[in-house]
Amino acid sequence: MNDKNAVGVDLGTFWLPRQSSTIAAEMDLGWDVAYWLSVFFFVGIVAAMAYFMWRYRRRSENDITSTVDHSLPIEITWTVIPSIMCVGLFLVGFKGYINASIAPAESYEVQVRAQKWSWKFIYPNGTVADELRVPLGKPVRLIMSSTDVLHSFYVPEFRIKADVVPGNYTTVWFEATELGEKQIFCTEYCGDDHSFMLASVIVLEPAKFQEWLQSTEGPPAGVSPVEHGQKLFARNCASCHTVDGTARVGPTLLKVFGKDEKLADGSTVKVDENYLRESILNPNAKVVFGFQPVMSPFKGLLKDHELDALIAYIKELK
Amino acid sequence: MAESLPISAPHGATPSGTNYLNAEKGILSWLTTVDHKRIGVMYLVSTLIAFGAGGFFALLVRLELIAVGQQIMTNKQYNQAFTLHGAIMVFLFIIPSIPGALANFVLPIMVGAKDVAFPRLNLMSLYIYWLGAIICLGAIVGGGIDTGWTFYTPYSSTVDGGVVAMTMGVFVLGFSSILTGLNFIVTLHKLRAPGQDWFRLPLFLWATYATSIIQVLATPVLAITMLLLAAERLFGLGIFDPALGGDPVLFQHFFWFYSHPAVYIMILPGMGIISDVLSVHARRKIFGYRAIAYSSVALALLSFLVWGHHMFVAGQSELASTIFSFLTFFVAIPSGVKVFNWLSTMWGGSISYTTPMLFTLSFLFLFTIGGLTGVFLGMLSVDVHLHDTYFVIAHFHYVMMGGTVMAFLAGLHHWYPKMFGRMYNETLGRISCLLVFIGFNATFFIQFIMGSRGMPRRYYNYLDQYQSMHAFSTVGSWILGLGFLVMLYNLLTSLTKGAVAPANPWGGVSLEWHTPSPPPTENFHDTPTVNNGPYDYDTLRSAK
Repeated sequence: MNDKNAVGVDLGTFWLPRQSSTIAAEMDLGWDVAYWLSVFFFVGIVAAMAYFMWRYRRRSENDITSTVDHSLPIEITWTVIPSIMCVGLFLVGFKGYINASIAPAESYEVQVRAQKWSWKFIYPNGTVADELRVPLGKPVRLIMSSTDVLHSFYVPEFRIKADVVPGNYTTVWFEATELGEKQIFCTEYCGDDHSFMLASVIVLEPAKFQEWLQSTEGPPAGVSPVEHGQKLFARNCASCHTVDGTARVGPTLLKVFGKDEKLADGSTVKVDENYLRESILNPNAKVVFGFQPVMSPFKGLLKDHELDALIAYIKELK
Repeated sequence: MAESLPISAPHGATPSGTNYLNAEKGILSWLTTVDHKRIGVMYLVSTLIAFGAGGFFALLVRLELIAVGQQIMTNKQYNQAFTLHGAIMVFLFIIPSIPGALANFVLPIMVGAKDVAFPRLNLMSLYIYWLGAIICLGAIVGGGIDTGWTFYTPYSSTVDGGVVAMTMGVFVLGFSSILTGLNFIVTLHKLRAPGQDWFRLPLFLWATYATSIIQVLATPVLAITMLLLAAERLFGLGIFDPALGGDPVLFQHFFWFYSHPAVYIMILPGMGIISDVLSVHARRKIFGYRAIAYSSVALALLSFLVWGHHMFVAGQSELASTIFSFLTFFVAIPSGVKVFNWLSTMWGGSISYTTPMLFTLSFLFLFTIGGLTGVFLGMLSVDVHLHDTYFVIAHFHYVMMGGTVMAFLAGLHHWYPKMFGRMYNETLGRISCLLVFIGFNATFFIQFIMGSRGMPRRYYNYLDQYQSMHAFSTVGSWILGLGFLVMLYNLLTSLTKGAVAPANPWGGVSLEWHTPSPPPTENFHDTPTVNNGPYDYDTLRSAK
């Protein structure tokens, strides 16, 4: 699969991915218990079946067959013993689940915004990223919501999964135990590009993580605002707006700056810095004539220096 | 019992005498019949066509997944294909097949009755099924549908396409299911033959009774859910869509409140068939009759209490998930009791490797895997990792296909001589069973491994690391398809070319083997009296 977000799932055992979070080992204990019990019962049942198939094959039409049709002690045995086992299995699963459900109080919190078909990770300082960068060895709690339909956040190597529900917050937490990139899948069907809704967790040394987080505070060094704006445009706007003069879901932004734009309500507005800023943060306030008010607001998703860069880029589209 | 039991075939090229197949002629005589046997045959044909259509979409889905990237269809077409596969298989095949086709045919005969309690209502069920099927077909052709068979909101309440028509189709199909269940409940209560108390019923009828209870009690909830979804789409009522003030998780509660019991509508009749076929072809009294009978009822009741185990990671509270997990484990007990009793029925038997028996043994093998992998998913912690991966797909195909479909095929081959008065080619029957068994395991066992390694379900495209496993699974689906083609050929050609079937080809004791094959329209010339249990093979031996 040709996708920058397809980083792959590393295997730990034949059956399961690597254990890359603190809870993974306990989650897998449940797997091991269920697995070996299943192997035991499966082998026992199939062995008995195979033996009976051979031993009691029909030899003649007049075979005398057993008329033993019940046995209370046996019936009680194979009801009670599995019942006890089931309670045990429940308890193992319950213990792992409760530990995985309760995030440590000192967890670092990151907001997750899911939408068709991408993930956005929003840090306490307002930085918005397409990859989830986290520090090694520190519990991270994700507070997740969706802007459209159901999605589900799944990191196989962390053994975490939770649906992301519109109109609601759901949470997961993890503490990464090794450096590197881990695969994020969407596992709740969400339409056309469900299978492309991938992202990655990048686990960094705590110092490196802090360094990265600070680097997002201001405009990136050594890059002009127009170049920075072009990158932001490609990531955030290009799926609906072109820069070549053709209309898509939204109007083209070629030669838009300085133009008198006719609005859906019949009035006219001059496209200046303030109109562009308003239309990015609150796009449905003044919708261009001939287009639907379908753009989602970017309020809270862009920092001021990023808005400046975007506007600088749009002004250059002559 | 009054009548003798001819085990050897009567001479002659065609079944002799007047029977339900030749009593009246012409299409109209079939469309206006109230004979449960003819209605059963029409259900059989209808549900098999649905099975063929659902299977066709399954093969398309598997073919698309043979390699990474686009093979034969776009992502939108793929999403429609898996939706249609699931919706057709669940609503048009698995739910109606065994009750509508097989139970409809044999239930009244097994209780020595002339027909079900409400023959006209029975015909109406079939017409409602057809109407529902036509509406679903209209939705597919008219708008297409890509929501998955689960119709989860708010995707289903906002996406374009034939969602409203499809939900209406499912709504209508539900009434067919309700009326069939109602008919069977009344028939079993009121029309049993003289001397046939509840514990002289074949276990298939206990299972059908338990199924009927679920059909009558649970299906209305599906109808309500589908109506609410349609109301949200048509009138903008905010029920499930948070943009309108609704709650999407509420839809999942409603949906699984029906659809989990529906899992038992699908599997319980299959379990009933296995009890009967296993006992007859091992010619051994069933072991643990009462335990098997009561476990069917227990499963029917438990099925109403465990719907939340579909939602451990859906955003329901931890307390709810914990309670549902605990209750879910109790489903394992009656299921396990049945498996142990079936094994014990093989002990001390005289096992004949007929086609129905081979399907039954396949069922035991595959259902054991399906049941045991359900234990993984019932455990809260393990389910977090496995939920919505291929592990779940493999699990429910082992239960639904390895379980219900194998049992359906066992029953179909078991009662085929009774239904059509002909035997099929036993060798071809065994070959088809072997192909289906091998193809099924090749297709689905690898999916457990894919799933536990993290492959999410409903994915059009996937990571390169899963490619070889997907390709293996796809090749398995071709073997599976070939097995079904051989079976179809065998069953169709045998309708006219098969050897004439005796009244009792397998040496069964229950009442359907005490009437000619095929039975006369009124089933029995004289009302039979029941003096023994359905598995007392020594009565057969002493009668000889």
